[in-house]
Amino acid sequence: MTNMERHNYDVLIIGAGGAGLRAAVEAREAGLRVAIICKSLFGKAHTVMAEGGAAASMGNVNDKDSWMVHFRDTMRGGKFLNHYRMAELHAKESPDRIWELETWGALFDRTEEGKISQRNFGGHEYPRLAHVGDRTGLELIRTMQQRIVALQQKDGRETGDMESHIKVFAELTITDILKENGKISGAYGYWRESGSEVLFEAPAVVIATGGVGKTFKITSNSWEGTGDGHALALKAGANLVDMEFLQFHPTGMVWPPSVRGILVTESVRGEGGVLTNNVGERFMFKYIPEVFKNIYADNEAEADRWYLDQDNNRRPPELLPRDEVARAINSEVKAGRGTEHGGVFLDVSKRIPADVIKKRLPSMWHQFYELAGVDITKEAMEVGPTCHYVMGGVEVEPDNAAAIGVPGLFAAGEVAGGMHGSNRLGGNSLSDLLVFGRRAGMGAIEYVKNNGANPVSDASIKAAAARIEAPFSREGGENSYSLHAELQEVTHNLVGIIRTGKEVEEAIEKIADIRKRSANVSVAGGRKFNPGFHLAFDLDNMLLVAESTAKSALRREESRGGHTRDDFPGMDTTWRQVNNISSFDGKQVNVKSQPLPPMPKELFDLFDIHELEKYMTPEEIAKGGSN
Amino acid sequence: MSGVFSPGRAKIKERTLRTDKWWIEPAITFGVLFSFIIYATFRAFENANYFAEPLISPFYSPCLSTACQDGASLIGQPIGTLAIFGMVISPALFILIFPLGFRMTCYYYRKAYYRSFWLSPPACAVAEPHEKYTGETRAPLIMQNAHRWFFYAGLVFNVLLTIDAVLAFRGPVSEGSEVMEWGHMSVGTLVLLLNATLLWGYSASCHTCRHTIGGRLKHFSKHPFRYKLWTRVSILNHYHQQFAWVSLFGVAFADIYVRTVSIHPSLNFYFF
Amino acid sequence: MTRKLNLRIWRGDATDGALQDVVVEANEGEVVLDVIHRVQATQMGDLAVRWNCKAGKCGSCSMEINGKPRLACMTQVASYGDDETITVTPLRAFPVIKDLVTDVSFNYRKAMEIPAYEHPKDLAPGDARMEQIDVERSQEFRKCIECFLCQDTCHVIRDHEENKKSFAGPRFFIRIAELDMHPLDMLKNRKRTAQEEHGLGMCNITKCCTEVCPEHIKITDNAIIPMKERVVDIKYDPARMFAGLLKRDKRN
Repeated sequence: MTNMERHNYDVLIIGAGGAGLRAAVEAREAGLRVAIICKSLFGKAHTVMAEGGAAASMGNVNDKDSWMVHFRDTMRGGKFLNHYRMAELHAKESPDRIWELETWGALFDRTEEGKISQRNFGGHEYPRLAHVGDRTGLELIRTMQQRIVALQQKDGRETGDMESHIKVFAELTITDILKENGKISGAYGYWRESGSEVLFEAPAVVIATGGVGKTFKITSNSWEGTGDGHALALKAGANLVDMEFLQFHPTGMVWPPSVRGILVTESVRGEGGVLTNNVGERFMFKYIPEVFKNIYADNEAEADRWYLDQDNNRRPPELLPRDEVARAINSEVKAGRGTEHGGVFLDVSKRIPADVIKKRLPSMWHQFYELAGVDITKEAMEVGPTCHYVMGGVEVEPDNAAAIGVPGLFAAGEVAGGMHGSNRLGGNSLSDLLVFGRRAGMGAIEYVKNNGANPVSDASIKAAAARIEAPFSREGGENSYSLHAELQEVTHNLVGIIRTGKEVEEAIEKIADIRKRSANVSVAGGRKFNPGFHLAFDLDNMLLVAESTAKSALRREESRGGHTRDDFPGMDTTWRQVNNISSFDGKQVNVKSQPLPPMPKELFDLFDIHELEKYMTPEEIAKGGSN
Repeated sequence: MSGVFSPGRAKIKERTLRTDKWWIEPAITFGVLFSFIIYATFRAFENANYFAEPLISPFYSPCLSTACQDGASLIGQPIGTLAIFGMVISPALFILIFPLGFRMTCYYYRKAYYRSFWLSPPACAVAEPHEKYTGETRAPLIMQNAHRWFFYAGLVFNVLLTIDAVLAFRGPVSEGSEVMEWGHMSVGTLVLLLNATLLWGYSASCHTCRHTIGGRLKHFSKHPFRYKLWTRVSILNHYHQQFAWVSLFGVAFADIYVRTVSIHPSLNFYFF
Repeated sequence: MTRKLNLRIWRGDATDGALQDVVVEANEGEVVLDVIHRVQATQMGDLAVRWNCKAGKCGSCSMEINGKPRLACMTQVASYGDDETITVTPLRAFPVIKDLVTDVSFNYRKAMEIPAYEHPKDLAPGDARMEQIDVERSQEFRKCIECFLCQDTCHVIRDHEENKKSFAGPRFFIRIAELDMHPLDMLKNRKRTAQEEHGLGMCNITKCCTEVCPEHIKITDNAIIPMKERVVDIKYDPARMFAGLLKRDKRN
């Protein structure tokens, strides 16, 4: 706590990915003073990894598209567990958010008419994903980063100080969100570089920290995906919703090791890539669920025709929603038809000429060629499920992204729950960031207007500082690296893509054990850029997340979207009516069920009643929506 | 201490930790360019053996001085004869400035000689020996911006050297005739043709050419023809380095060939 | 296939430091970042290294490997000989913080100096129409992952600390080029400020930036040289000079 820095802002944004930056832009444009915290360098956030595109029903390629269709696709993908209002706002607002990026300098790929080009993606009825080759996430984050700079330059002209209204604090970790009198007062953390401590006083805090992938062994997430925001929110008194739903991207590289976990974007399948097992069978035809029979082709001939004529043919089953593909691959591997490294083959090389692959999927080609010497224009890839995205997250008010139960706290992006239900459609996360990043900014603006500063008490500072000091004062305790590896093993094996009640119970016990031992972690070396020290805090967060996930997974006795229980293989309409809500009592995570808000009639009526019958109970159908 | 040894930077005593043979490339570049300079200087001052009708060395074309050998002046002799202390100035010196200037200011050659002659830097991530560096911001290096002037001049030379190559389709003076007749071709014709072609390739692949032809446009879509040209020139531009070298060898070779033939006329084999 | 790898890692901070030898296991198909992580997890718990995506997309793990600026996640161990020692140091153009981590804030300061994109005032969101061929040039530059390897290798600042004040560096020359070639950008004086404020003239096009770019952006040929030519257009072009047009171009 010695030499503690002190900063005062209107809004503190934790996380500098797409959602955080969009929130920052919104808050600044309303005249607020904003601090942006990033755990790594500015512009490196996990958003850059998103490749496929951002879903928005602009209708540039197929004018039959509209927000209603997008909303339907999203609810369908989420198996109707989505918060309807979030899905509605998202579908309605994402076109505006994409167009807005263009006014900030973004350069999307174009259609013949010069509009933003849109591509097909799993679960989307029409070509809907605005994209830039396969580096859309990078375009998004760079555009927003540059928008922030533009605002800073404007401030520079007006106030003489470019950082008078927005300041980016790069390589800083927040360890505690602080409250006084039941409301947010700020946050406490340390510079990763020096280890010295920083206090932020701010009446509004936006959490936009992204995902939790590092809790698992094979993941596409970087070291940053340690569930910081989930844990910070829990500890601050907020709830997490439906943490059992994790998206295992069906096609992560399983071999060679240098690329293990890295995603093979769905557009590889969108462009014509096919999945085969070790006997060369194109197996996806066997795994088309009843609900999708009318939109997915059940034979190769029709599936192949779809690439040329999308109006008169059903789609290839390789483009089924992710969870279906993941489950299919898992079944093939378990049945002994996988590759020697536990995956299946994904091949574009036989269907598309090499130069077309390089043009349409440039970074895919370049990445695997450079990273592992794999040439996807010549050979098949070995792919399998990798932990990719968490649907669950902080329970928020849809309209202003306010965390329920904690005045002054907001959450947007992957860290927020509800929007995607039990499964997220590809392309919906980039638009989610923009739509709810902006709404979190708006929520913070409104809150700050009505609530003045809320000074942090010395007691809170002392407690937060003590927590940072603790691992240094212990000696001979456990090593955070090995505890982390142990946790990853437990989650991957016992709360991974396919779960059983018994295994999850075992996981809960083991996680509790690791948590007990983690209280004893000690750190070697000094405070200066010490990854062992950093991991000690990340580990704490991951343990809370894992506990919440395991407990929610145990409670939900059905299989749906990103949650598959071998002992409860079917979807259960009564389980669709509830969310699992996690809260933290200071000692452990508790999970309870909470009814889903019913869809209003105008949204309910967008669906075919027979489709709803697959998801809803007869009583719900009979009611026909809430108003 | 400056550069990689500046205070605050990681304390590493080596100027570079590269383990590959990074010095080979600048060494070869230096060797080849230096040899060319020696040879070109010798030939420029030799003031002889540059014309073996119908072949003329590219070092001496166009030959603008009255000191030129008979028949070597394609576009007249506007310069007359200049002499310093009684020494007649070689006609080559009046014109070499242009191709030399074109190559000196060329974006590729700049890289080549900044690295190999000036060691600024000798290779990537190898510390350069100079204390101060101002780049091309002031005299004399600000003159590099004149590349475009030399590019235009280079085009004029390309035309003249192409005419030289065409003129080489004339045959030896047969008995009873005073002038060479058209419709013959020798090895020398091929040499001059090749030289002219490579020079056109060098000019066409030039960065200034790429810029002028279309690169300067903001909207390609409003100039479809120039865009098309630009895409073609861009492909050539990718090989500008290669054109720079082979055209340099081409010029040297054409000159050596003409020089040899001017001494031993019988060596120029006529196909027909 | 596992083997023993000899690694020399620079350890230290701004005050002092040295190369330290370690022997570490390396598996088939691994990249340098993988073995550095193994060193971190098993031998040097406090070894500082910056990384994020481990997929060549974020540009965090920039360092110098056997003296060459590279991304550690994109450098395969197999590309070195079996008995070759691999030497890893922090970037040498920037101040070191600790071990393999350098202070790259120079680049973020420069980013703030480049005037932002200016959208046409009367063009509402959604109304923009741009042809693919008009956006492609700028799109190449927007592939930049900001690893700053080009900045690190550029001798203008690597070898001359004092030039950092007046030189934006290759990363920001492609940013300027991107905006100058952006079909809708309205700001007029990018060429002139590139030359007069951001140090375009300092570049002597020795192309090291292009050589080290992990995204294979043709920084020199497609951005720096075209910008130099555009500067010639407004400042030194012979035809326009004689025609008295240069004055008219003042606003560019």
